[in-house]
Amino acid sequence: MFIINAPVEKTIELDNKIFLLKIRCAEIASIIRPGQFLNIRVSKTIYPLLRRPFSVCDVEGEFFYLMFNILGEGTKILAEKHFGDTIDVLGPLGNGFNINGSYDTAVIVGGGLGAAPFPYLIREIGNNKKVYSFIGGKTHNDVITYGMKNISIATDDGSLGYKGTIVDLLQESIELLKSSKIKIFACGPNAMLRSLKDFCIKNNFDCEVSTECAMACGFGICQGCPIESTKQSDKYLLVCKDGPVFNVKDVII
Amino acid sequence: MNNIDLSVQVGTLKLRNPILLASGTVGYGNEIAEFVDLNKIGGIITKSLSLNPRKGNPPQRIVETPSGMLNAIGLANVGVEVFLNEKIPFLKKYDVPLICNIAASTIDEYVECTRILTEEETIKAFEINVSCPNVKEGGLQFGNNVSMVGKITSKVKAATNKPVIIKLSPNVSYISEFAKAVKEEGGDAVSAINTLVGTSFDIYKRKPKIYNINGGLSGPAIKPVALAKVLDISRNVEIPIIGVGGIMNWKDIVEFMIVGASAVQLGTLNFINPAASIEILDSLEKYCVENGIDKISQLTASYII
Repeated sequence: MFIINAPVEKTIELDNKIFLLKIRCAEIASIIRPGQFLNIRVSKTIYPLLRRPFSVCDVEGEFFYLMFNILGEGTKILAEKHFGDTIDVLGPLGNGFNINGSYDTAVIVGGGLGAAPFPYLIREIGNNKKVYSFIGGKTHNDVITYGMKNISIATDDGSLGYKGTIVDLLQESIELLKSSKIKIFACGPNAMLRSLKDFCIKNNFDCEVSTECAMACGFGICQGCPIESTKQSDKYLLVCKDGPVFNVKDVII
Repeated sequence: MNNIDLSVQVGTLKLRNPILLASGTVGYGNEIAEFVDLNKIGGIITKSLSLNPRKGNPPQRIVETPSGMLNAIGLANVGVEVFLNEKIPFLKKYDVPLICNIAASTIDEYVECTRILTEEETIKAFEINVSCPNVKEGGLQFGNNVSMVGKITSKVKAATNKPVIIKLSPNVSYISEFAKAVKEEGGDAVSAINTLVGTSFDIYKRKPKIYNINGGLSGPAIKPVALAKVLDISRNVEIPIIGVGGIMNWKDIVEFMIVGASAVQLGTLNFINPAASIEILDSLEKYCVENGIDKISQLTASYII
């Protein structure tokens, strides 16, 4: 774990008000794994006060990327960063995705900004496995395909791709999914993860999910981000330290 | 700069400097030790311990507010037995005064926790949490009642020879009445303040943002309140005070000491900059040099009103 004032290389605005922040930080870029996250202090003032957690979106040499949209004061400040600014980065934090294993095909399932961790995961998988990306959103504005491979899209309103949820689309694609040994990597809203969990259990698919919860510290001291475990009912797991990536069978979302 | 004496005394508890790490913001020490050399800080106060493990509240437990945060963790902790078996061995490796914070639902539970923990020599003092706003039983129900705070003080004192610090609630009209009761019942010091009760609503869903509805407000937003409470105690009761509430830098520490604190606790700051305690120490020393102060304890209650 490092706390580093890292220089911003550039801010890139993708379509749909999605931003990519490219940061130079060899210490973190060299060790961070797909699915791990960083807790960012956007300014040294007391408003906003807390750090904001972001999963690492991609890594290239000594650079890493964060993907975000403007949700409030913190992300607004972040979107205005440019070359020459520094940001205070704490990380790498948490446990990432386990991309090794005996599966043949990685199935990415991303809902909205839940697409953020996957460019790096896909890069790390490289040509070792086949990759299918299932990307969903409420409308076409929420669909993020940056860094994805073999893309299928679903929107709730049908404004882009399949009309329905991403899990409906997975169900439609069940023959494809069953044609090889797959592992699902997912990130997105809790409602999506819940329905994906049912789908995976029903079809006996191996699935890892990246979860989200409001947190302060990011490394276990504030105890702010509990998630219910399926194995132990007498205590919570922490999203920041035990996750954010879990096997979907291990947590109640 | 080496001739500045940063050590302070809180009752009979001697600390190498006035900076303590507040309960609930440093777990049981192991995570923060990645950022802070625990051998250099004044002391560490554990997450509140109860007799049995507590699961704590469901999410959402935390929400940010202007220059502050609300938390409703609900005293999630491993319980005294697991603490002694699994957490103490790590803390034993450091030369740092360990203060155990205790939370309970009944007076008997406070006493029982103290009786068990006092046997452990690594523990140098107790901080009794009578002011947690986030649990149904105990907590504020005790902290709002002067005679109950007095009673808890006397019972816990009877269970240990080690210093007993009572952590007071700011959610009362006259905090010095509580400090007076602690002193009368033999308490060694008070910590002031615990968090302020607050809430925050989602205006679109019209629902509270945290599960518990109310949470405890901490961070720089509460510093002026904390300073006023420390000053109130300092002017009315002769009891050592540990100042806590919204400290973000060395200036805040000096301010707390001037209004009456013998030592201070860093809390929410540990979430934002877990290395802050060490960084602040250097600045504190510099302030002393520049202002002709050779013992930092001279600052305590040095206000001019």
